[in-house]
Amino acid sequence: MSLVSAERIKLFSTRSPWACGLLAIALPVAFTALLAAQAGGDLEIDIGATQLTAGLGRSVVLVLAALAVTSEYRFGTIRSTFQAVPNRSAALLAKALVVAGLTGVIGACVGFGCWAMFRLIKPNAGLALDSGQDWRTVAGQALVFALAALLALGVGILVRQTAGAVALLLVYSLLVESLVTLIPKVGQDIQHWLPFFAADRFIGVGRDNGAREVVDLPLTPWGYLLYFAVIALAVLTAGIFSATRRDA
Amino acid sequence: MIEAVGLTKRYGKTLAVDNLSFSVPTGRVTGFLGPNGAGKSTTMRMILGLDTPTGGSALIDGKRYRDLHQPLRTVGALLDAKWVHPNRSARAHLQWMAKSNKLPARRVDEVLEIVGLTAVAGKRAGGFSLGMSQRLGIAAALLGDPQVLLFDEPVNGLDPEGILWIRKFMHRLADEGRTVFVSSHLLSEMALTAQELVVIGRGKLISQSSTEDFVAQATENTVRVRSPQLAVLRGALGRLGANLRDEGENLVVSGMDCADIGELAAREGVVLHELSPQRGSLEEAFMQLTGDSVEYHTELTDGQTPATLVPAGK
Ligand SMILES: Nc1ncnc2c1ncn2[C@@H]1O[C@H](COP(=O)(O)OP(=O)(O)OP(=O)(O)O)[C@@H](O)[C@H]1O
Ligand SMILES: [Mg+2]
Repeated sequence: MSLVSAERIKLFSTRSPWACGLLAIALPVAFTALLAAQAGGDLEIDIGATQLTAGLGRSVVLVLAALAVTSEYRFGTIRSTFQAVPNRSAALLAKALVVAGLTGVIGACVGFGCWAMFRLIKPNAGLALDSGQDWRTVAGQALVFALAALLALGVGILVRQTAGAVALLLVYSLLVESLVTLIPKVGQDIQHWLPFFAADRFIGVGRDNGAREVVDLPLTPWGYLLYFAVIALAVLTAGIFSATRRDA
Repeated sequence: MIEAVGLTKRYGKTLAVDNLSFSVPTGRVTGFLGPNGAGKSTTMRMILGLDTPTGGSALIDGKRYRDLHQPLRTVGALLDAKWVHPNRSARAHLQWMAKSNKLPARRVDEVLEIVGLTAVAGKRAGGFSLGMSQRLGIAAALLGDPQVLLFDEPVNGLDPEGILWIRKFMHRLADEGRTVFVSSHLLSEMALTAQELVVIGRGKLISQSSTEDFVAQATENTVRVRSPQLAVLRGALGRLGANLRDEGENLVVSGMDCADIGELAAREGVVLHELSPQRGSLEEAFMQLTGDSVEYHTELTDGQTPATLVPAGK
């Protein structure tokens, strides 16, 4: 517990997590406002449409989580950390807990913030949360953000350089996953097994618009969440394992 | 007590530390001396469990660092004063460290007081001068009130006032019965600070002894002679097998003391204008000892030795 407190002090005593956190919430909520303002008159809009911009927040959260550890490598405080807590796995797990907690809260703010913003602008669009599926789409952002952050933390520990880790995460999540479909024949099938695609399927972003790809998916939404969680935790574990083996 | 046994570290092709064994006795200031690149920092990182030795081990009171429970309570260390997040306040930096080892929060204010940073505790560490950063690092090392302290080149880059402060501080720590292990590449500095010396070059142990012994052994004593009849004296000294060297108008004799030379001059009827004992400089002695083991030789060669630094006092 004291390790978690130590990591909490560390995370909240610099500016960048605050800046990233606010940006991660403000950006998607603001764009949701724009989107809602331009959405068609009184046609029925599904809950998934309220979460279309959440990906922006998720990208910022990837940066936040990667920074939480790469900045420690950048400034050498990782050495002070391992000096204070020679059990590196314990120290990094404590960090993972704190980062997951914070990003989970950010994810919830984004999910509900975007939904509330949309509903405020389009009060007659039938956006009440009345099914389990609706709740999953909105509240589920907390889980997706936290898991994405753990994945990013793992990448940060592996790569150690801020620029490298951030570039890798953003290029992969924003470009590579969608470009994969360009591979002839197998592209689509491969995409169905990629982590951020999995996260989106759990949320169900645009589940009615993108009907084309939703035809026969290999997993259910909760199956996809589990799949995303396994990948995120595997990357984190790989990071922690390498940190215990490397020189600090 | 810190004990290194056969400590070895290889980074790719470079053998940074080579089968190094030494011990740091309890309750004294032990200097860890070696030229740049000798492997001092690497050794200290291995003692702290940050780098894994390629071979051998380092033990603190018989335990490996990573087996210490709440290690800040046993060992405090300052390896690099810049290992602080520049946007974090000095207090927050100490707070997270204290928390990680379950140290009481008031300890943070105590160590800030000890190093004299109370007034700037809320300021971001990135704005600190080198001297202030160094003090913050020392504050961090003292957090757990440890019996063993490691400092890597703590006076590097400090102004004379800062150097004096650190030197006094080391003595104070040793007077309190703590074990202090402090590295430097300046023998003159170590002669003032340390009671024991572990000297290394190119990762290998050169000597471990008390500072006094090391200095006595390392510095060559010579006698400078000035005389209008130097040629005669030179012949007589040469017959006795003394080592002679010219230094401008003067003759520098080693292997004989003033009395012997004076008596010889009297026997030979040589007039002397000067007969003065010379104490070799510490820096020269140190360079002599570690000469072959300096990692990167510069083009500057003998005869241009920097200003001679004779140990002041003890
Ligand atoms: N992480 C590393 N990777 C590769 N080589 C390293 C690493 N750390 C140190 N070295 C090499 O090991 C040798 C010893 O370095 P070290 O920093 O321990 O010396 P030092 O005695 O502390 O020197 P200085 O007085 O300059 O601080 C040097 O040749 C250095 O280049
Ligand atoms: Mg060094």
